[in-house]
Amino acid sequence: MLRLLNIEFIKLWNNKASKILILAYFILLSSIALISAIKFDFGMFKFHLAEQGIFNFPYIWHFNTFVAGLLKFFLLIVIVSMVANEYSNKTIKQNLIDGLSKKEWILSKVYTVVVFALISTVFVFVISLILGLIFSSYTEINIIFSDLEYLVAFFIKLFGFFCLGLFAGMLIKRSAFAIGAIVVYFFIEFFSYLIFKGFYRDSDIVDNIYNFLPFKSLWNLIDEPGSRLGAVKELASAAGQDLSYDYAVHWYEIAIVLGWSALFIYLSYRLLLKRDL
Amino acid sequence: METILQISNLTKKYGNLTAVKNLSFTIKKGNVYGILGPNGSGKSTTLGITLNVVNKTSGDFKWFDGAISTHEALKKVGAIIERPNFYPYMSAYKNLKLVCKIKDIDYSKIDEKLEIVGLTERKHSKFSTYSLGMKQRLAIASALLNDPEILILDEPTNGLDPQGIHQIRAIIQQIASQGTTILLASHLLDEVEKVCTHVVVLRKGEKLYSGRVDEMISSEGFFELKYEDEPKLLQFLEQHASIEKTTQKDGLITAFLNTPLSASEFNKQLVESGIYISHLVMRKESLEEQFLQLTDNK
Repeated sequence: MLRLLNIEFIKLWNNKASKILILAYFILLSSIALISAIKFDFGMFKFHLAEQGIFNFPYIWHFNTFVAGLLKFFLLIVIVSMVANEYSNKTIKQNLIDGLSKKEWILSKVYTVVVFALISTVFVFVISLILGLIFSSYTEINIIFSDLEYLVAFFIKLFGFFCLGLFAGMLIKRSAFAIGAIVVYFFIEFFSYLIFKGFYRDSDIVDNIYNFLPFKSLWNLIDEPGSRLGAVKELASAAGQDLSYDYAVHWYEIAIVLGWSALFIYLSYRLLLKRDL
Repeated sequence: METILQISNLTKKYGNLTAVKNLSFTIKKGNVYGILGPNGSGKSTTLGITLNVVNKTSGDFKWFDGAISTHEALKKVGAIIERPNFYPYMSAYKNLKLVCKIKDIDYSKIDEKLEIVGLTERKHSKFSTYSLGMKQRLAIASALLNDPEILILDEPTNGLDPQGIHQIRAIIQQIASQGTTILLASHLLDEVEKVCTHVVVLRKGEKLYSGRVDEMISSEGFFELKYEDEPKLLQFLEQHASIEKTTQKDGLITAFLNTPLSASEFNKQLVESGIYISHLVMRKESLEEQFLQLTDNK
């Protein structure tokens, strides 16, 4: 396993574009900390985001994993191109000729994806911990380490998303087209959801189906945290709306995403087995 | 002799097209093999199948008597296919490091092999800055990294300038002289004739000949003749016991022998029959003529 990771590391780290994107991603992740600096001061109306409780434990786990989840697109580009470039440079052929088995080849990519997801998760954990220790109103140990399932969900979310990228790269073989295809598919899923939702406003059937589709299932892992904020809740109750909502990470949400991930990896492997290079 | 690769009844179909048809041959240790065939005769497909990048339709192949899996076997093989494939953004040295990792060997051989192909000075330049000849030489260095049991070269001089071709051939000959088994696929006959001891001739995916190169050029040779009274000469040739057949082209009559006959003896016989020819040359067929005959006739 270390040998395969090492191979993949040499390929990625010597590629300037990948290196810059990876660095940019982690710099952006750290810049979550900058949110704490958001302050509005309009005379009467003073607003300091960090003081609105977004960095309170355990809410911070939810908030930060959600925001960090939005940045995953950067690494998607790296992952799609690390697969598609092997086709355009024909190095996949050379790798196999040099004695890598097809299984090892796919595994080296999957391990890399896992490592990316893992490092991101650890990174978000550390940053959130630091931010929380600075800004949180509650710093009791058992509160700090509650709700950590959001980090698990974050890891699964990245892993699932990157597996999709891996498969798209394998299937389409050109990075730009593969990323384009993912974006197009995202819009198809998103807009068709909105349209069907409009038709069947009163029933759950649309949600029940879409919860099983790739993007919706990824999205479900970490529900949007905004409405959980104290300020937003107050506004809503003032407007007479009840925003109480199920924010928890459910096992079946994880299971659906893991199911997709397994399918994407298996299909990538099948493609490699069946294709003549 | 130890068997390195055995191919039996290998067939590959791309849709309706049969690229390789029921092909069988064996590669023994220590020989230099050539696979000859025009473009599209299935050379690269055959190599691709044995190298785990093309899926066979039917048949079988075995590396090293089938004792180990194909990808393990490939770690003991050095191969270049069609054109050199490396990571363009990495230097030659780093590319070779990657190959070492894949083949599970240490980095100690990299400098030695770069020296053999004469790339030591440019080893830290990016692969994308290399000329085609340099890329091809780097590919050979990469294939040699593990001191392979067999070196497989698919059209190694394709697209190179004369100097590049010469360099590559010199390298191949040097490697062959060290006793490494080589399998060289090419449509360039003089290339095969110069370096190979054995040859497999393919046409449209079918094997036409396999065996030693010198046995392939085994005919007794032929005479090229010129004489004003052609019908008389032809009549003489027809009755001659040693002449298998004759052809006529551009005023030259070519007479093919089926038993050994020296030019002077033949000339004497002609004179005794009252034929004084104006042109007599005895020649042996080159591999090229043999090859063309083989591929045309069937």
